[in-house]
Amino acid sequence: MELLGYILQQCINGLQLGAVYALIALGYTMVYGVLRLINFAHGDIFMLGAFIAYYLISRFSLPIYVVFALTMLCTALAGYIIEKVAYKPLRNAPRISLLITAVGVSLFLEYFLSLKSVFTPNYIAFPRPFEVEAFDVFLFTVTNVQLIIFAITGTSLGLLYLLVYKTKKGTAMRAVSYDQEIASLMGINIDATISLTFIVGAALAGVGGILYGIAYPQINVFMGIMPGIKSFIAAVLGGIGIIHGAVLGGFIIGMSEVFVSAFLSSTFRDGVIFVILFLVLLLKPTGIFGKRIDKV
Amino acid sequence: MKFFWEARKVILLSALVYLVVKSVFYFGFVSQYIEQITLYALIVILTSLGLNVIYGYTGQFSLGHAAFYGIGAYVSAYLTKVFGIENVFAYIPVLFVSGAAAGLAGYLIGIPILRLRDDFLAIATLGFGTFVRVILDNSDKLSEVLGGSRGFVGIPRLTTFELAFMVAIFLILVTRNLIFSRYGLFWRCIKSDELASASIGINTFSMKLMAFTYGCFLAGVGGALYANLYTFLHPSNFDILKSIDFLIIVIVGGMGSITGTIYAGLIWVGFIEGLRIVLPAEIVDLRWVFIPLLLIGLMMWKPYGLITKSRR
Amino acid sequence: MKKTLCICLVLLISLFCTGFSFAKDVVKIGLITPLTGDVKTFGESTKNAFNIALEEYAKTGKYKIVPIIADDRNDPTEGANAALKLISQDKVLAIVGPLTSKVAIPVSEIANSNKTPMISGTATSPKVTFSDGKRKPYVFRACYIDPFQGTIGANFAIKQLKVKTAAVLYDVGNDYSKGLAEYFKATFAKGGGNVVAYESYQKDDVDFSALITKVGMKKPEVIYVPDYYNKVALIAKQIREKGLKSALIGGDGWDSPELIKIAGNSIVGGSFTNHYSPDRKDPIADAFIKKYKEKFGNVPDALGALGYDSTVMLLKVLDNVKRPTQEEIMKALTTVKNFKGVTGRISFDKNGDAIKSAVILKVEKDGFKYLTTINP
Repeated sequence: MELLGYILQQCINGLQLGAVYALIALGYTMVYGVLRLINFAHGDIFMLGAFIAYYLISRFSLPIYVVFALTMLCTALAGYIIEKVAYKPLRNAPRISLLITAVGVSLFLEYFLSLKSVFTPNYIAFPRPFEVEAFDVFLFTVTNVQLIIFAITGTSLGLLYLLVYKTKKGTAMRAVSYDQEIASLMGINIDATISLTFIVGAALAGVGGILYGIAYPQINVFMGIMPGIKSFIAAVLGGIGIIHGAVLGGFIIGMSEVFVSAFLSSTFRDGVIFVILFLVLLLKPTGIFGKRIDKV
Repeated sequence: MKFFWEARKVILLSALVYLVVKSVFYFGFVSQYIEQITLYALIVILTSLGLNVIYGYTGQFSLGHAAFYGIGAYVSAYLTKVFGIENVFAYIPVLFVSGAAAGLAGYLIGIPILRLRDDFLAIATLGFGTFVRVILDNSDKLSEVLGGSRGFVGIPRLTTFELAFMVAIFLILVTRNLIFSRYGLFWRCIKSDELASASIGINTFSMKLMAFTYGCFLAGVGGALYANLYTFLHPSNFDILKSIDFLIIVIVGGMGSITGTIYAGLIWVGFIEGLRIVLPAEIVDLRWVFIPLLLIGLMMWKPYGLITKSRR
Repeated sequence: MKKTLCICLVLLISLFCTGFSFAKDVVKIGLITPLTGDVKTFGESTKNAFNIALEEYAKTGKYKIVPIIADDRNDPTEGANAALKLISQDKVLAIVGPLTSKVAIPVSEIANSNKTPMISGTATSPKVTFSDGKRKPYVFRACYIDPFQGTIGANFAIKQLKVKTAAVLYDVGNDYSKGLAEYFKATFAKGGGNVVAYESYQKDDVDFSALITKVGMKKPEVIYVPDYYNKVALIAKQIREKGLKSALIGGDGWDSPELIKIAGNSIVGGSFTNHYSPDRKDPIADAFIKKYKEKFGNVPDALGALGYDSTVMLLKVLDNVKRPTQEEIMKALTTVKNFKGVTGRISFDKNGDAIKSAVILKVEKDGFKYLTTINP
C-alpha cells in the first residue's frame, strides 16, 4: 500500500514537471512546424519569462493575474523581435545558418542578461506570491502549487487548441506548416503567420517560466538550457510539428525524469532522457503522433 | 613517397613556420603563456579540422564534437598515467590509440544516427554529447583515477611544440589528401545534394560514416594532445559550449576550407586570449556578449563563412 | 595573399604587444577568480574582498601593489591559461585563488612548478595542496579541507544531535559537495549511525520532488545537505513542502545572508559547520563586514571573507620578509601561526592546509546563531 502511495506521489511530481515541459515544448513544435527551425533560443525565452515575472512581483508587487498577463506580453514581444531581427533575414539561407543564429541568440540572451547592469548572474529567489498549502488526498499529497500549475497549463492548452483549430489564423498556421509555398499561393500572409507562431510560442514559454519559478523558486540566467533541450526532446518524442505530440511528450519526459530519480538515481535523470531520444529517433523519428514521411 | 612529393609546397611552408615559431620561443621573445596558447591553438585547429570534415565537407551538423574530443582526452590521460609513459616516442602510439577510441565511438554512434536529417542529427549529437559528459562526471565509479567530477589530475605532460606541430601538419596533410581523393569528392557531393549523390551510385551512408569516423578520430587526437598539455581534465570542459566553440571556428573559417580552419582557429584562440589581455577585468564579462553577437552578424553577412571558395 | 599578410601582421603585432612588461619597482599580485560563468557571484565577492584588502594595505604597506585580476570562468583550461599568463607574462609575485577546486588543481600545478606562491581561500579538495603523494610547497589554502568538514558534521549529528539515522543529498558534479558527503557518510557510519539514503543530484536540477519523496520513505532523523546556499535553500523548501520533519545539517556553503532570505522558514532550525560566527563579537570580522557592506551594498559571503583573509595574509607576509622574493614568501607562509583572520585563527599545517577551528551555527529566523566550536 505504501508503495502504491509512493508511486502515485511520484506521478504527481512527474505531472508537475511535465506540465512545464509541455508548455515549452509547444513553442518548439510550433516554430519547427512553420519554419523547420529548432529555435535554440526558446529555452531562454522561458528563462526571460521567469525573470520578468520576478521583476514584476518583487519591484511592483503586482497581483498575480497582472503578472501573468504582463509577462506573457513581454515574452511574446521578445519572441516577435527575435524572429524579425535574427531569423527573418535568413529565411532563404541554408538551414544550418539559421540554427547557428539561433545558438547565437541563445548565448546572447544568457550572457547579456547575466551582466550586472541588466539582471544578474546570481541565483535569485523567486518570490512566491502565496503560501504553500498541502492537501492530503488518498495516499499522496498535492500542494496548491501543483494544482495551480495543472490549472494554468490546462487553460493554456485549451486556449491554444481553440486558436489553432477553431480560428482562421490557426488554420493559417497549420497550412504554413504543411507547405509554405502553397500556403502563400492561397493568399496567406506568411510573415504575419510566422510572427504569430513565434508570439504564441513565446507567450506559452513565458507562462512556463512563471510556473517553473513558482514551483522551483530559484531562477538563474542559465536555467533555460536544460529544460529547453528536454522540452525539445519532448516535442520530438510526441511528433515534431504536432501540438498534442508536444503535450504528450512533455508529460512523458517529466514522468520519466521523476521515475528515474525515484527508482534509480538522480544522476541518470538526464541520461535517460537522451536514451529515450535515441530510441525515438531510431525507431520512429516522426514521433508518437507523427505521420509525415521524412525527406532524406 | 608520392604523398610527400605532392605535398611539397605545404611541407616546405610548414617547415619555415616551424623554424620561425620555434626560434621565437627558444630565444624567449614571448612568454611561456604565449607558448602554451600557441600549442592550444594547434590542438583547437586539429579538432576543428575534424568537425570541418564532418560538417564543412560532408554537411553533417554535429553538436557533440566536444564529446569525442573528451573521449580522446580521457583515454590518453588514462593510458599515459596508468602506464607511466614518459617518453615522447612511446606517447605517439597512445595518441593514435586515443584517436582511434574516439573514432570508434564515432563509428558506433554514427551507424544509428547518421541516417537522420540534419536538425535531428544536431539534437542526436547534442544528446550524445551530454550523455558522454554525464558518464565523465561519474567516471570515478568506473575507475578511481578518472576522477569523475573531481577531475583527472596528474596527467604526464608530454605534449611539446614539436610533437603537436608535427602531428598537426601530418594530419592536415592526410586530411588534405583525403579531401582531394574520391572520398572527398563524394563527401562534397553528399553535402551538395544527398539524394542526387545516392542516385548516381554513391553509397552515401558509408561515406557519411567514414567522414564522421575520421572527424571524430581527429578530435580524439586533439583531445589527447590537450590532456597531456594541461595535465588536468574536468568533465565540464567537454560540454555543449565547447562543441559550439569548435563549430564557430569551422563556420568562421569557412566550411570546406582547410586553410580557413587554420586561420579561424588561430584567430579564435587569439581573440579569446587577446580579449583577456586587452580588456580590464571589469568588462571582461562582455566578451561573451559580443561573441554571440558577432556570430549572428556573421551568419547574416556571410552565411557560408568568412573564408570560403565562392559557390553558387 | 594580401589577406594572409594582413592576418600575419595582426598576429605579429598582438604577439609583440603582449611581450611588454612594466619596468617599475612594484609588486604584482594576481587574482584568479570566476568573474563569468556559473559561480560568478562567488567570484565577484572574492574580487571585492581582494580589492578591499589591497586598499587597506595601500594605506600602510611597504610596496605598491599592482593587482592583476584574471577571470577563470570556473573552467580549468581558462584557469590554467590565466595562471600561465599571470606568471610568465605579467610576472606576478603570488596568486590569490582560484575559487573552486577543479580550477585550483591545475593552477596549483602551474604555480608550484613555477615557484609562485598561491593561496586559495576556498578550494577544498585535498588534491590542491597534496597530489600523487607529493606536497606542493608553494600552494596554500585558507580554508579547511573537505574531509575535516564532513567529519565534523557527522560527529555533530551523532554526539550533539544524538541521531541514529541520516540521509545525505549531494551534488554529484560538485567536488566540494561530494567530498563533504563522502566524509560525513564514513564518519557517521563509524560513529554507529545508519546512513539510510545517500542520493545525488545534478548541478542544474531544481526539481527534487522525486528525490525527497524517495528519501522521505526511509524517515531519516537528519538530512545532510552539503551544498551552496542557493541549492540548499531550494532543497530545504521542497523538503518542508513535502512534509518531512527531518533536521537539516550542512557545511560552510550555507553561509550567506541569502540563505534565510530565499529559504525562509524551511531552513530555520538547521545547523551547519562554518569558519566563523557572525555574532561572536569579533572586531576584525565586524570591521570587514562593515566596510564590505558600505562599498558593495551587501554583506559578504563566506567565500569573499576567505578571499579577504588569503589576501591579507599574503600581504602581511610580504611586509614581513626581508626581500620580496617568491621563495621568501613561501617560507614565511609555512610559518604562519594563529593569523587573526575574519574567518578565524589560521595556521598552516604541513600540507599548507589551514588549521582552524570550526564553529557550528544554528539557523534562526533572524540570522545565524553560534552554537559551539570544534577545535581541530
